[in-house]
Amino acid sequence: MHELSIVESVVDAVTETAARYPGAQVKSVKLRVGVLAAVVRESLEFCWELATVGTPLAGAALVVNSVPIVLHCAACGQDAEIDGVQSFRCPNCGELASDLRRGRELEIESIEIEEPETSSENALVHTQETK
Amino acid sequence: MTTRIVELRRGILKKNDELAAALRERYSRAGALVLNLVSSPGTGKTAFLELTLRRLTQAGAKAAALVGDLETDNDARRLAASGAPVRQINTHGICHLDAEMIAKHLDDWASAENGVQLEALDYLFIENVGNLVCPSSYDLGEKIRVALLSVTEGEDKPLKYPTLFNSADAAAITKIDIAEPCGFDRELALHNLNEIRPGIRIFETSAKTGAGIDTWLEYLAEQRDTISRQ
Repeated sequence: MHELSIVESVVDAVTETAARYPGAQVKSVKLRVGVLAAVVRESLEFCWELATVGTPLAGAALVVNSVPIVLHCAACGQDAEIDGVQSFRCPNCGELASDLRRGRELEIESIEIEEPETSSENALVHTQETK
Repeated sequence: MTTRIVELRRGILKKNDELAAALRERYSRAGALVLNLVSSPGTGKTAFLELTLRRLTQAGAKAAALVGDLETDNDARRLAASGAPVRQINTHGICHLDAEMIAKHLDDWASAENGVQLEALDYLFIENVGNLVCPSSYDLGEKIRVALLSVTEGEDKPLKYPTLFNSADAAAITKIDIAEPCGFDRELALHNLNEIRPGIRIFETSAKTGAGIDTWLEYLAEQRDTISRQ
């Protein structure tokens, strides 16, 4: 049960980013969580309210997008998504495949913020933060 | 109002990952092979590690261990019987070790009286908190992650905890001296390990009889050689 510390890391990172937009309110936070990330969505959601109360993220929604497992198969050379986590075999040729290309992601994808009135009314602005 | 989508694409455990990368670099420069031992509580990590430390020390290798538990220094005292230097990390409720804890304890250990310098070690073992879930998310900069399972736990342990077993480089099956009375299905256990982590190195061991330990020590020496050649 380390989801609380995961959520606290998210709150810290988002608070830091949101501080660059004075007066803005955080509406939602979108995460990408791999099937093999060892993190349970329900636990994240359970911890979210607890961890955000009294922070600039209070009231913001948490959106958790799951990332499936993708294996690269050395036998047939293809990348393929697998269902479930009980067998790491290439769905195309049936060989065991140890080269994991996706499925361990644990990242903050984006945040949605609402800023006070600016020149462009009701505009939707995309911003790419430097890492 | 203006709605703005700010793309972050930032790892949630970025801080741990960065610290772990720095540790990995530090281990490599020091020429120490570092292993992270992970299992459920009760698998026999401590007995396995005690024998490993004892045998390495007897053979003239410099081996040491950091051992994580929520409370007590019981494991450090048990492991110290091997003759190797051991330091206890108490997490006080935290269910895993993280890179920051390791870095702090290595620094404190180096500056302590009769302390241990990483540069003086051939092997450093990190015995993680008994837990098959949370430690899988926290890179400690180790070269080799070892997942342990005992014959009493059931052959399907890798299927139940795929996130951890899939992240392991090697697996040790412990307590094989009691495999028969436990009705342990060896073939099934090996099959399940391979389904979850294809090609994983598997060691079948008993800390009580010493079975399988020679093969394990040979593997350690081979892995240690790849480090010193770098």
